[in-house]
Amino acid sequence: MGKLLTMAMPKGRIFEEAAGLLRQAGYRLPEEFEDSRKLIIDVPEENLRFILAKPMDVTTYVEHGVADVGIAGKDVMLEEERDVYEVLDLNISKCHLAVAGLPNTDWSGVAPRIATKYPNVASSYFREQGEQVEIIKLNGSIELAPLIGLADRIVDIVSTGQTLKENGLVETEHICDITSRFIVNPVSYRMKDDVIDEMASRLSLVVEGETAK
Amino acid sequence: MFMFEKPHGMRDTLPGLYETKKKVRRSLTDLIDKWGYQFMETPTLEFYDTVGVQSAIEEQQLFKLLDQDGKTLVLRPDMTGPIARVAASKLLKHGHPLRVGYAANVFRAQEREGGRPAEFEQVGVELIGDGTTSADAEVIALVVGALKNAGLASFKIAIGHAGIADALFVEVLGNVERADVLRRFLYEKNYVGYREHVKSLPLSSIDKSRLLELLELRGGIEVCGRAEEIVDSAQGKSVVDELKALWDILEDYGCTENVRLDLNMVSHMSYYTGILFEVYAENVGFVIGSGGRYNKLLGHFDSPAPATGFGLRIDRLIEALHMKDEPCEIDAVIFSKEQRAQAIAYANEERMKGNKVVLQDLSGIENIDQMTKSFANVTYFIGARKEEQNG
Repeated sequence: MGKLLTMAMPKGRIFEEAAGLLRQAGYRLPEEFEDSRKLIIDVPEENLRFILAKPMDVTTYVEHGVADVGIAGKDVMLEEERDVYEVLDLNISKCHLAVAGLPNTDWSGVAPRIATKYPNVASSYFREQGEQVEIIKLNGSIELAPLIGLADRIVDIVSTGQTLKENGLVETEHICDITSRFIVNPVSYRMKDDVIDEMASRLSLVVEGETAK
Repeated sequence: MFMFEKPHGMRDTLPGLYETKKKVRRSLTDLIDKWGYQFMETPTLEFYDTVGVQSAIEEQQLFKLLDQDGKTLVLRPDMTGPIARVAASKLLKHGHPLRVGYAANVFRAQEREGGRPAEFEQVGVELIGDGTTSADAEVIALVVGALKNAGLASFKIAIGHAGIADALFVEVLGNVERADVLRRFLYEKNYVGYREHVKSLPLSSIDKSRLLELLELRGGIEVCGRAEEIVDSAQGKSVVDELKALWDILEDYGCTENVRLDLNMVSHMSYYTGILFEVYAENVGFVIGSGGRYNKLLGHFDSPAPATGFGLRIDRLIEALHMKDEPCEIDAVIFSKEQRAQAIAYANEERMKGNKVVLQDLSGIENIDQMTKSFANVTYFIGARKEEQNG
């Protein structure tokens, strides 16, 4: 019997793709896995425990070691800068971080305002561009900010661009591509290296197979 | 501000935890003492321009303040810098190698999130003036011995070498700037970024797979064989030979069971110069200690000498040990005026035997039931007769 491995999974959009990937890698997950409202799901036959977290919090659980491994978006990793191993690009939940705003508008005044869920990413991006901006942190519905005059631009993740379009916003700058990553706590990487290495290599085979298609 | 508040990241040590810390500290320092390391203390405050700048701790993690002349001071971020300063200016004049131990509180800049105290205790050693692999092995074996002495059942020490990635990068990439990009990916534990960057480089597929193989160099002594296949230069081979020699010595110490090799481990961008290591324990998410060879540091204090050492964090070690606070083993002697002399004599007698005894005047007690509850035994010297009651 190996050691119990705890995995932090992001609830919502990424969850189904992540669970699908684990199944493809040969992990036998229960049927009702996706429908469960439980926050902790044990899969004793695989010696796995899943904790279902807000996507933004996955890196926190893994850094503190209460989860050994996790699946986290690169956007979260860039924002949170947690001390975890980024072992594998799972190539799922593809999207990108972008700057967007109302079409045909100028930057207003001396200190343009940027609304975002990603204050650190936005701040370092504009610093690299040599632009001084002021950041306003929001927790959702970011597209609202330029429409009602809270901010000049927004920084957010864009997958299809549909939400931007429906709200009359246009993407002005592409910051970087985002996919989900397999992340590992540095201590678990040594204390449970055998099970984690096995999981990484099984996931890697699936990802490579998918990419080759 | 509420009156109970204290600055971010600062913790109180209440009596129960104090006893636990004392016990854990002693289990480490006792062994360090037996290995002939001499303990010393240095000031809490140092100059930013000396110890602060030379420290392995990054600038933004330093706790800074100003002295009366406007000079920038730091609360010591670790003990290695202060000990290097003392060794360079005083101790090394009496000859080497030097073996120094410490148990001291160190400070890091305050952080908002919990679980990251700004002040914590480290117990460690520095072995200064000995550049041999025997010295590297000695400090690692001492870590193993000290942790076993503390009663830690399950732990691992991952050993890396600052020179292995360097040798490979210089061989394959030819220049230092390109190597720095890859080194940063390893430092940030970003294997995905490392792989992508390697794939984007204009290199032969053989060279690319050599760089990618570095990520796989984790495990037991067999890792050295695989490392030999990817490094060609004399520098690279000598690093592998050094690791093999280290493993041999650790085998003589009988502690390879707790040790593994992690040849892609980059704990710091530039501080370490040779063998380096990190210590991990089950059920604690963060490293409980680290160490390694820092041959350049003493040179910055104008007295070049090779050196190695380690530091273990008491707070995380206590977490790893699952220790409960030590139960209170104190006896009470409660007296009234009539038998005061007998009570004092009795208490002193018990203290001579090594017991902890509180001597308490009955008239100073507000609630006798509540008071006696917190003591193991209570002896009364009240009125005309002596009466004992076990609580």
